[in-house]
Amino acid sequence: MTDIEIQKIREQFPILEKKIGRYPLTYLDNGATTQKPLCVIDAIRDYYLNINSNVHRGVHTLSQLSTDAMENARQKVCDFIHAREKSSIIFTRGTTESINAIASGYSQILGIGDTVVISAMEHHSNIVPWQMACERSGASLRVIPMSYEGVLDIDAYEDILKNNRVKIVSVTYVSNVLGTVNPVSQMIDLAHKYGAEILIDGAQSTPHMPIDVEALDCDYYAFSGHKMYAPTGIGVLYGKRKSLEALPPYQGGGDMIDHVTFEKTTYAPLPFKYEAGTPNIEGAIALGVAIDFLMEIGMEAICSHEKELMDYMTSRMKEIDGMVIYGTAPQKSGAFSFTLSGAHPTDIGTLLDNQGVAIRTGHHCAEPIMDYLGIPGTARASLAVYNTREDIDRLVDATIKSKMMLLG
Amino acid sequence: MNNIDDIIKGIEEDFSMFDEWVDKYAYIIDLGHNLPIIDQKYKDEDHLIRGCQSQVWLSAEKDTEGNIIFRADSDAIITKGIIALLVSVLSGQKPKDVAQADLSFIDRIGLSSHLSPTRANGLSEMIRQMKYYAAAYASQE
Ligand SMILES: Cc1ncc(COP(=O)(O)O)c(C=O)c1O
Repeated sequence: MTDIEIQKIREQFPILEKKIGRYPLTYLDNGATTQKPLCVIDAIRDYYLNINSNVHRGVHTLSQLSTDAMENARQKVCDFIHAREKSSIIFTRGTTESINAIASGYSQILGIGDTVVISAMEHHSNIVPWQMACERSGASLRVIPMSYEGVLDIDAYEDILKNNRVKIVSVTYVSNVLGTVNPVSQMIDLAHKYGAEILIDGAQSTPHMPIDVEALDCDYYAFSGHKMYAPTGIGVLYGKRKSLEALPPYQGGGDMIDHVTFEKTTYAPLPFKYEAGTPNIEGAIALGVAIDFLMEIGMEAICSHEKELMDYMTSRMKEIDGMVIYGTAPQKSGAFSFTLSGAHPTDIGTLLDNQGVAIRTGHHCAEPIMDYLGIPGTARASLAVYNTREDIDRLVDATIKSKMMLLG
Repeated sequence: MNNIDDIIKGIEEDFSMFDEWVDKYAYIIDLGHNLPIIDQKYKDEDHLIRGCQSQVWLSAEKDTEGNIIFRADSDAIITKGIIALLVSVLSGQKPKDVAQADLSFIDRIGLSSHLSPTRANGLSEMIRQMKYYAAAYASQE
């Protein structure tokens, strides 16, 4: 993308004009959440000004309008991730809830002797729900190991599949800490070869690259709106029809039923079986608008712009003496984790913040990675479409200044 | 030993000279480096206050004159510098004075964000613990 194109995109994010103290804001905490473009902010306002009413319930005009708007958003999500049918798209609160929905369903069908597989680089959201499912069902949890560079050991993965009764695999597409892009296509094929289902945590991939769930052939795919320019509190669970139909529902309530008597309830068809209660209507609509925003730029263009920035960031940060980079997989996206030898990551984060540079520090909700690396945490800069080379230059300058203050 | 309010006044005077965040943080980092190293025996689970990001170790003892002596440390240097400030204010004082100390100077010198519980660096919990020890000693008197 040209500088002019990026500038046009930045104009849609007024928050990027903010100053932190006397420094311009350099927002590099996009892995935590992205900023929102005006079109998304306007969509929420429009919804409440013009069509607010509950969905799927009323015969009145407003209810029809809000229902249409929400179902239209569902179609956009379906097209965006190349799902076959709209009823495979379930609106949730985010990745965490999407994973919990599947793990909770699985907790009822797993048994002793069954195995659940995750990887060594999972977010807590893709660890804890499975631990809970294993605890409830008596199944055991196995972890695919990774190398120090942050590359999963695919041979070890196949051994686990071969030697255990694996029912479900749940792995992240892109690591939120190390930036590793995992070979999920191959991992999906392997899971199926050994008769297991597989869920892909797409929280850190969906904002950064084209996604085709049909081509990938994953059984479930989870992601969050707020990491891809949509509001917080809205996310997606994609599932193959036969898989979602087979699993027991996650929550009970209104909207998800077909018939209720005190003796027995029959469930509504997909996707409503998984959408108990009044959904986040304006969130779903705004997610649809965020997808329009992304499609207009084009996921290929976003992917190559961010890759260029990642390469630039890596080469510039490497120039700093004492720089330690965590995650050096050949394929990386979004996240760049580092420390300065002799400095605590939170000290780096504090001094960067004083220079207007927003990054995240700590364990990034992935404590097992930190234990494996033997460090208390990292500093993490993470990218979005509106970032520029100037942002990277400011990160580098601020890091050098912080280093001088901390280490002399 | 000066009383708590005098020490705080001195700190506020020092901080009033800093126009730039750089000077302020350079000073705090310096304080962190100069905080006496604590004996390894205090750096165990019993003395640990686990923050989400940085960790703090704290011990409290009474000296022969009945003053409360705090020793503390952290793995992060800015946290350690702020610990040094708090120790300089509260250590060596009477337990009753520590329990009642007004620490709002932290706001006035512009470091309050470091003490917010959501910051998760262990500092707000450390202050709570310091006051808790002080109250416990005071109640024995
Ligand atoms: C890889 C990964 N999985 C899951 C999550 C959880 O997402 P959310 O908090 O939006 O549910 C995150 C968010 O940080 C993530 O990076």
